[in-house]
Amino acid sequence: MSTTPTPTPHGSWTGRVREAAVSALPPEKLLPEGQPTYVASWIYVFGVASIASLVVIIVSGSILSLKGPAWWHYTGVGHFFNSVHLWAVELFFFVMVVHLWGKYWMAAWRGGRTRVWVTGAITFLVAVPTALTGYVSQQNFDAQWIATQAKDGLNSVGVGAFFNVTNFGQMYSYHVLLLPLAVVALVTAHVLLVRRHGVVPPFALESRPTGGPPEPVGEQPPPVGAVS
Amino acid sequence: MSRLSQALRGRDDTGPWTGAYAPYDLIKELCIAVGVIALLAVLLAVLFSSPDDKPSTIAQWSRQMPINFVTAAAKELDGTSPTAEYGPPYNHNGEGQHAAFLYPQKWLGVSHPINTANDFVIDPLRTVPNDPALQSAIAQYQAAPEKTQKAWGEAFAKPLEEYETALEEKKTPTTAVALSSTTGSVSVQASGAGPVPALMSGLLSLAKSGGLDGSLLTSRQFFQTDYTKPLLFMSDGGLLAERAEGQHLLGEQWGMMNETGSYPGQVWLWLYTLWYQVEPFKSSENADILVMLVMGALSLAFICIPLIPGVRDLPRLIPIHRLIWREHYRAGGPPPAA
Repeated sequence: MSTTPTPTPHGSWTGRVREAAVSALPPEKLLPEGQPTYVASWIYVFGVASIASLVVIIVSGSILSLKGPAWWHYTGVGHFFNSVHLWAVELFFFVMVVHLWGKYWMAAWRGGRTRVWVTGAITFLVAVPTALTGYVSQQNFDAQWIATQAKDGLNSVGVGAFFNVTNFGQMYSYHVLLLPLAVVALVTAHVLLVRRHGVVPPFALESRPTGGPPEPVGEQPPPVGAVS
Repeated sequence: MSRLSQALRGRDDTGPWTGAYAPYDLIKELCIAVGVIALLAVLLAVLFSSPDDKPSTIAQWSRQMPINFVTAAAKELDGTSPTAEYGPPYNHNGEGQHAAFLYPQKWLGVSHPINTANDFVIDPLRTVPNDPALQSAIAQYQAAPEKTQKAWGEAFAKPLEEYETALEEKKTPTTAVALSSTTGSVSVQASGAGPVPALMSGLLSLAKSGGLDGSLLTSRQFFQTDYTKPLLFMSDGGLLAERAEGQHLLGEQWGMMNETGSYPGQVWLWLYTLWYQVEPFKSSENADILVMLVMGALSLAFICIPLIPGVRDLPRLIPIHRLIWREHYRAGGPPPAA
């Protein structure tokens, strides 16, 4: 019977990155099969709904991109996918705003989770120009009007010098690649931070409610893969 | 921990969870969510579709509103149109907007140079073939001193501006401006206008033929994607604004957060649009930069909520969390370890 010798660690960059990644987010923490019992409210649905909306936006947007920016104007199928894209964007912003309000009232930055809040808030702010570049890339009257109106705000703070909303080519590039890439990167960072720190626990009550079941005695060991 | 760090962190007694865990399938939840959202988006798409109002062209504008087109073109020629006087990033004819000592529009300079007289009028007219009278008018205009050009332009634009003002005020317009119902040409009785009437007549014909739409695209190469010039020229006229008013898209109608038709549009811009509806922004010449600065400050505050005393404490003081975690509190679950 032969054995494969275990490679000796040499402190390579690859090894260090792997060790750092596994140390920060071990697999059972990255994809746990359990959550604390307080994760039981409809408000938690809006976080995953935001990601789901982003998935639908990217899929419908990719189909529109594959066929080119003019396709949806002259085919029924193209118009359908444009409609799906539009409504997915509306849903994305709706569920994300509810998610943000929910997280605000949960004070979800507690317990060393400031970066979780910050990445979420920046994602919302980056999503706004991502949508705007889509609106001015529509190649219809709406795009003409929004471009001529938006230019004044952007020009007034100097942004118009390098971000020209009346330049369709530039706006299309921003819309289909640069800004979505930024949103996806931010969402990825946000989710990884949530997984690392876990879902924020409830506020401790100053006085315990009367009539409820007694507080459990002793620490209950988390199941394998649970968030610590 | 330093005092600053302590102040920024605020009161935080949140410790690791010491209570029970329940089975929770994150991947299954995500898959179900994608399915539900996709279904919702498809349902909304089938029920409501999406708007697609055809874009306006300069050819349409010149055919539907020839007097308005000639008025705008005359202003482009004599340098009194909104684009001509805009300043950076298009030209140096204005400083742009400012707030106190902040002049970012001026600081960033002219990145998309536009000379409205040359780019919108003279250069397109040069492309018109087999019209010696028109080319002679161009030569005469360009050979004249700037002061004379200005005087010609103003003499031609004056009756047109009076005509447009009378229409806006619903008064009887001046008879110095007339539209031929047969040829669609515009005649302007203006003495001392030099070759300007010939230039404007030539530009109107070019625009009606659709030639001006193409001429205004940046002409450095065959493939074009920059519509800055035709869009700015059209926004100096009345067609876009007229269509926008009909679609409740004007600034005083909450502007660009709306969309054509009855679609929700960019509703997430409500706060940005709100400032334009109230004083002092509403009547300020620097409304855009003021609104952008306010929104910039609010956006920064939004990101920094965990560090802002008061704002970060409201969730603890207003017990909406009792509603969110009502099951947890009702069950008398253990608090996180302090």
